[in-house]
Amino acid sequence: MASVSELRNIATQVRRDIVRMVHAAQSGHPGGSLGCADFLTALYFEIMERKPGFDMDGMGEDIFILSNGHISPVWYSVLARAGYFPLDELKTFRRISSRLQGHPATHEGLPGIRVASGSLGQGMSVAIGAAQAKKLNHDPHLVYSLHGDGELEEGQCWEAIMYAGAKGVDNLIATVDWNHQQIDGTTEQVMNLGDLNAKFIAFNWLTLQMNGNDMEEVVNGLKKAKSISGNGKPVCILMNTHMGYPVDFMIDNHEWHGVAPNDEQLAKALAQLPATLGDY
Amino acid sequence: MLYQYSDADKKETRAGFGDGIYEVAKKNPRVVALTADLAGSLKLNRFIKEFPERYFQCGIAEANMMGIAAGLTIGGKIPYTTTFANFSTGRVYDQIRQSIAYSGKNVKICASHAGITLGEDGATHQILEDIGLMRMLPGMTVVVPCDYNQTKAATIAIAAYAGPVYLRFGRPKWPNFTPADEEFVIGKAQVLTEGTDISIFACGHLVWKAIEAARILGQQNLSAEVINIHTIKPLDEAAVIASVAKTGCAITAEEHQIHGGLGDLIASVVARHNPVPMEMVAVKDSFGESGKPEELMKKYGLDTPNIVDAALRILARKKQDALAG
Repeated sequence: MASVSELRNIATQVRRDIVRMVHAAQSGHPGGSLGCADFLTALYFEIMERKPGFDMDGMGEDIFILSNGHISPVWYSVLARAGYFPLDELKTFRRISSRLQGHPATHEGLPGIRVASGSLGQGMSVAIGAAQAKKLNHDPHLVYSLHGDGELEEGQCWEAIMYAGAKGVDNLIATVDWNHQQIDGTTEQVMNLGDLNAKFIAFNWLTLQMNGNDMEEVVNGLKKAKSISGNGKPVCILMNTHMGYPVDFMIDNHEWHGVAPNDEQLAKALAQLPATLGDY
Repeated sequence: MLYQYSDADKKETRAGFGDGIYEVAKKNPRVVALTADLAGSLKLNRFIKEFPERYFQCGIAEANMMGIAAGLTIGGKIPYTTTFANFSTGRVYDQIRQSIAYSGKNVKICASHAGITLGEDGATHQILEDIGLMRMLPGMTVVVPCDYNQTKAATIAIAAYAGPVYLRFGRPKWPNFTPADEEFVIGKAQVLTEGTDISIFACGHLVWKAIEAARILGQQNLSAEVINIHTIKPLDEAAVIASVAKTGCAITAEEHQIHGGLGDLIASVVARHNPVPMEMVAVKDSFGESGKPEELMKKYGLDTPNIVDAALRILARKKQDALAG
């Protein structure tokens, strides 16, 4: 069990990893990655029941599916710091012959990853399948998934949301990263998502909301989600975050969705993110 | 050897699938079935009755079904997805590409009502591009059995074969002529009739048409070798090369577009190893239409006489080449 201050320290180091990785590769997606650092840190270091090592089946443990695969930097950093592969490998992000592909893949055998994602809208379906398999296997563990808010514009998401609600997939906890930003602007400008909470409830889900950039709220929110799972309905967490959090020149700016910082911007960002655990 | 059949032996290949998945599910508890509101069309009734907990009705939402199938493999299941070929491929190509093929998932994509013999429903449902779409995906195995018995055997065999498989079959009753107890070996072409004058490579419903054509050619003292390419990928290249070395010319016959299917595939092997005259019996870059299966086969040039005509044309070319050479 990690304390909230320990989790904050991990998340800060993860954020340093993110900006350094994207800077080194001069490509990648820092905005959503920074916004989800608290969530993924809490999930892996506090919430999920995980077995040592990694196997594809994930029987007898909680598993996580990332649907918005472009925020791979945050997942790679958290996976490395949770011991799935050597920290040093973060240096290879987006380089040729690396296991750390631009978008997450199983193809190169990177431990921790169970399905490729990047083409949006597919992850919830996969998470539902994994959750159904757990039920068939009498495995009481949970499946967690993470989705972008803009990603919900993909029709497949709503097929999956409808299925999970109709079939009572209650061992699934799906989180939406609600940062209101997507490539071409705000979600309100591009495609207004409307009342997401009402929409999930209408599809027979249990919902809760939390501030995804407050570690205490994230831990409590995830614990609450876990406590209400298993009651015949899937659980959705609408997680309010800030894209680029907490780097001042990136925050809430959709232009940082998929742009790498230059040397000067890197220095400026790192000055706001103290090395808590040591850089890779 | 010449295969025999009578009208009483006609059966739907999709019924072979339905019987096959029931048989394999009895032996292998990891086998699960998904459908997108087409359980009856895919003959899943017995499976559903016997194994209700291993059956997933996904509604009319094929993209979600493909994703759920990918997810079920994470828990060690062997999911069989079931819908029409059109909705098993083109409609869900990106889901198959990313969540199944690129992710190396052990999903069996089982596609009925393939090709023009779907009949009266017309071109919206008559996919003639699916073999091409699926064989282009890295790591995808593509199986196109020729009759009821072979579809049943293939359905059973793919459960024990690791990795994604596309299994293509059809709607109409069709001659059931392969032995009921024949083992299905993925990737191994079958020489159905041996011959020396011409090689006829066929898949699916066109295998029977090729056998009929060989019989007619035989009456003209022309010896045709009919080879059933039930596995499009991985292709049994050695069988193709060996037959063509013997006959010196080749025809392909398939219920698919001329682009991207069996014809292109055999032509690429022939071109690389032993260029010989070739003809392709396939749909010539057009959509289908409503009609009875046999009417459509005739109108779109997929019938027995089309294979015979192609054989005679190509034998004439072979003769000319020999004289010129």
